[in-house]
Amino acid sequence: MGSFFVITVIKAAIVFAVLMTTLAYLQWVERKVIAHIQVRPGPYRVGPHGLLQPLADVIKLITKEDLVPSYVNKPLYLLAPFLAITMALLSISVIPFGPTIDVAGHRTWMQLTDLNIGVLFVLAVSSMGVYGIALGGWASNNKYALLGGLRSSAQMISYELPLSLAIAAPLLLSNTLSLRHLVGTQAGAIWHWNVFRGPFPQIFSFIIFLIAAFAETNRVPFDLPEAENELVAGFHTEYSSMKFASFFMAEYANMITVSCMATLLFLGGWSAPWPAEYGSNWVPTAIFALAGVLALYHGLHPARRRDRLTLPVFGIVFFGIAAIFQLAILQSWLLPLFWFCAKTGAILFAFMWVRGTLPRFRYDQLMGFTWKFLFPVAVLNLLVTAFLVALVG
Amino acid sequence: MDVILFLIFAIVAVVCAINVVVQTHPISSAVSLIGVMGSLAILYLLLGAEFIAAAQVIVYAGAVMVLFVFVIMLLNAGAEVRRGRSLMVQLLGIPLLISFLGLVAWFVERIYPPTARVQFGGFTGGTPRAIGQALFTTYLLPFEVTSILILIAILGAIVLARKEID
Repeated sequence: MGSFFVITVIKAAIVFAVLMTTLAYLQWVERKVIAHIQVRPGPYRVGPHGLLQPLADVIKLITKEDLVPSYVNKPLYLLAPFLAITMALLSISVIPFGPTIDVAGHRTWMQLTDLNIGVLFVLAVSSMGVYGIALGGWASNNKYALLGGLRSSAQMISYELPLSLAIAAPLLLSNTLSLRHLVGTQAGAIWHWNVFRGPFPQIFSFIIFLIAAFAETNRVPFDLPEAENELVAGFHTEYSSMKFASFFMAEYANMITVSCMATLLFLGGWSAPWPAEYGSNWVPTAIFALAGVLALYHGLHPARRRDRLTLPVFGIVFFGIAAIFQLAILQSWLLPLFWFCAKTGAILFAFMWVRGTLPRFRYDQLMGFTWKFLFPVAVLNLLVTAFLVALVG
Repeated sequence: MDVILFLIFAIVAVVCAINVVVQTHPISSAVSLIGVMGSLAILYLLLGAEFIAAAQVIVYAGAVMVLFVFVIMLLNAGAEVRRGRSLMVQLLGIPLLISFLGLVAWFVERIYPPTARVQFGGFTGGTPRAIGQALFTTYLLPFEVTSILILIAILGAIVLARKEID
């Protein structure tokens, strides 16, 4: 009992620290990706390649003046950002990042807690997340904030339906609500993943899930709640300092959660795309070695003067990581973690890619799209899946 | 541990429920109602009915109350003004409330024998599998009839809300 408590506290601290760092650096990655899509270097001044930019942003946000405008509904105004960030961070607690590991003689899961209703828990928490935005928009006593909050609640109610239906279909194949067992049923190889698995590959569910997830997280092309040319900044217009940062972090935490959910539901979680005897253990080493070679090459032929120093250092770091992946002691937990992060990262990259590519929807298009197209397709997909599962099983 | 958690969330639920009535602003009442729903979900969880708890949060705290809040925000309803109360309300309100609560307590005492104690976590029929099996075998007919009832209500709402097409 005592060791269980200690292990849980340590795990919670690790997950929290990693999540917070990821949240800060996701912003850096997003700015870099968007910048390269638009053929410009992006953040470059603070640290090598702008790597210290997130730190500077955090210091700026903490030290800014925390302003509470007059005539706001104070209790709700203060509650809203707290609610948003709490609900966004809560769902990470049921996400499994890898299989069991042995640390100092203790056997534990790479997951904070496994609920037998894990999927429902994530849905419940994410449905509570709307309140942060809706109440924040209403309590600000500002017409732009109110419009942003209204749009957001309407959008999130509407897109929750196709989202839930798209989640239900792969659950029929896996026959469990526990996220850990969900991965267990997809282990082995790429054709066991729910996206490609018979009797009915869940590729349509996957696409519906991704589209609805874009809307649930208020991302481009569905970022109408914070459309800056119409609504200034939407529901968080009146928020400053750490309260604004809470909304901002909540948005990125929600992005990470839906990406993790997509990985777990459709892409087999931490399982490798093909078995280890065919060399899937070498993939991370190869990728990092390739990254190291590229960094070294560009360091020797620098585009900017400072790259002559920074890029070789990055190259050596990449080679070091590539070597670490070949250590037999660490492989048992490093490899699953790599596959999980690679899949989640690929989906997060898609989020940024879409932001750099697509324009914003109009409001009537947004609502028409979900009710007249996405919802019927999701229902049809669920019915076909259920029929085929009943027929085969 | 279970009893402490039960007491905390039971008190939260009751306080929020009283707050729903006391608050003058509709949004504050709605937020208090969300608190009631959430506490009820945790009470279900303590009793071992995890599926009901999740459904309570998703359906009531998540969907229904979001709709309430949305409509209140859309109509931009302001705070209610307290009217002067009649003499009858002032005199009879509290005694009637006490006698009503006394009656409820008396009935509960009569119906349930004192030996029937609540066992926290003793109930194991709350898993999704058990609920699903009960819904689709024992209670299939009521389940289907309820779904048709809801469908009729949706159709009725659409018919009433539809604009006249000339």
